[in-house]
Order: sequence, then C-alpha cells, then structure tokens
Amino acid sequence: MCGTCGCGEGDLRIDGRPHHHHGPAPREVELHLDLMAKNDAHAAGNRAALAARGVLALNLVSSPGSGKTTLLVETLKAFPGPATVIEGDQQTSRDADRIRETGAPAVQINTGKGCHLDAHMVGHAMNDLAPPPGSVLFIENVGNLVCPALFDLGEAAKVLVFSVTEGEDKPLKYPDMFAASDLVLIAKADLLPHLDFDMDTARANIRRVNPKAEILLLSARTGAGMAEWLGWITAAQARLHPETAAG
Amino acid sequence: MHEISLCESLREILEEQAVQQGFEKVTRVWLDIGPLSCVEPEALRFGFDAVMAGSVAEGAALTIEQPPARAICLACGAEVAVTSRLSPCPDCGAAELRPQGGDTLKIRKLEVV
Repeated sequence: MCGTCGCGEGDLRIDGRPHHHHGPAPREVELHLDLMAKNDAHAAGNRAALAARGVLALNLVSSPGSGKTTLLVETLKAFPGPATVIEGDQQTSRDADRIRETGAPAVQINTGKGCHLDAHMVGHAMNDLAPPPGSVLFIENVGNLVCPALFDLGEAAKVLVFSVTEGEDKPLKYPDMFAASDLVLIAKADLLPHLDFDMDTARANIRRVNPKAEILLLSARTGAGMAEWLGWITAAQARLHPETAAG
Repeated sequence: MHEISLCESLREILEEQAVQQGFEKVTRVWLDIGPLSCVEPEALRFGFDAVMAGSVAEGAALTIEQPPARAICLACGAEVAVTSRLSPCPDCGAAELRPQGGDTLKIRKLEVV
C-alpha cells in the first residue's frame, strides 16, 4: 500500500504515468544559518587581512550628495599618514579620479545596478589596492542610506556623513543606517546660516536611534571641525592598533 | 534593493545544503527576520519567487516570522518589547533605548524532499 496516500492501486496510471509519482514524503531540516553568513565570512577575512597589516578601515556611508567625496578629498590633503581609498558608485570613475588628484591611491568599484558594496567586492579591491601597513583605508560606499547598513565590509567603524541640507529629521527617516554607525559627521556646517537646521533636534534625533554614536560637526569647505575629525581618525588608529601607533 | 541580494544569498545557501544534506527540492523555507533588521519582509517575499526560479527552491513556499525585539530604556532602565528603532519606552515614554538584538536574519528550517 502506498505510504503517502494509502491507496492500494499499484496499477493505476494517470496521464500514462504510474500513480506512485508523489515521491518520498517531505521532511524538515533545521538550519539556523545566518542569511548574511557569506558576506560576513568575507568581511571577517577582510578584517583579518587589515589587522595583519595594521590598517584602519573606515566605511563612509551617506545619502547621495552629502559631500562624502569632497570631505574625503579635504581629509586626504590634511591627513599626515598614508591613506588609500576604495570608491563605490553605480557608474563612472569620477570619484576615484578626484581622489587620485590628491595623490592617494584609489580603486573604483562600479556596482552596476547594485545599491551597496559587499565584503566580497571590497576584498578584491583591497587586493588591487594593497593598503600599506599602518595606513588608513577609506571605503566610500554607494550613496544610499538604506542598503549599506546591512553589509559589514570588514571595517573598524562606519562613519555616516549627514549634511545639514538634508534636514534634522534624517535620522528618524533612516534609523537603520544611523543605528549601524559609530560616528556621525554633521557636514556642510558652513551652510548653517542659510538654513533652518535645528542642531539640538538633529543631535537628539541621532541619539534617539543610536545613543552610542559619536557626533562631530564640520565643514570640508571652510575647514571648521576638520581637526577634530582627523583627531578622531588618529585616536581610532591608536585604539585598534596600539602597536602600530606606538611604533 | 538589498532584499534581492539576500534572496540570492539564500539561493546559494539552499543549493549548497541540497548537496550537503542530499535533498532534491525545497518546498518551504522558514526565515526569522528581526523587526530591527533593515529588511522589509514584503520586499523579501517579492524577490523570493523570482530569485528562486530555476533553483532547488523553485516554487517553494516562504514563511517569515518576526521574533520580538527587546531594548533597555536608558532613562528608566526597564527592559521592554519594541517593534521599531523609533519605539519610545512604554513605561516612561523616553525616546533613547538600547536594542538587545532584534536584527536577526536567519534561515530557521526547510521542508525538503
């Protein structure tokens, strides 16, 4: 007798095929596997490679047009130590070209239709770039405040660039990205006199979704706050790689 | 849309598991998606059927469960249930809470033949 349907008609045929075509009974398989396991394994590999070379990797995330590349260009001009850059954009090598003009080595990743960088892409870019020991690797993610929140690239910290033209309610509208970030740079501070941006509300909104985030106010254009940002980078280097900083 | 990337990652894992665990077809997938993860269940559902076409999980059913998230209120110290990163403390009304997990993205189990 058939164990699935209980029928005893072994000769029954449906559409010319034997009746007993329902195959083995379904079974359940417990997995408990992380959906991000592949990306996270690549990220762990990147993190180990960076640690072995004493490289501080910072993942810069923001909306499109927040001024990440301008900030990065000014940061590279002022930063005293060696630094390299991985640029992520859907199309063009414009950002990498702007970075290379500062003298810093840069690799451009074009994600095509992709809306974020993942750890696998960054691993390949790191191989091409070969960041020198003790340097800082800036990874400029695709301008997008949604998808990059999910993808660990192997960075030491996520730095969110939040420009004052975006409005003080941005942290409430995109809480996941703000929650995932270690440092929020409130950028384009030179525009504040022309805007109704309420700084206290902006800070409160950031703290509401991420009570732990550090917050710095700066302007790449005037240089205000840049010293604090450079100091933060140096402190992060010292914190993560005490042996490198001491040497 | 990162939900499509997640579906692609899921497909890869299912194809690998089919070889490792010796099954031919996945008929149902159970996912745990934390309410504080940055994944929209409906967007995941939307991508699932299209991305699974031609794989071991073609035509599989998808069950998404959202285990509750908890957070500690930084004002009153209570551990409370939250449904989003913007949930205020239900006890004292404060806005700053520190989530305790809630961002899980797991394949819990499969029904296979």
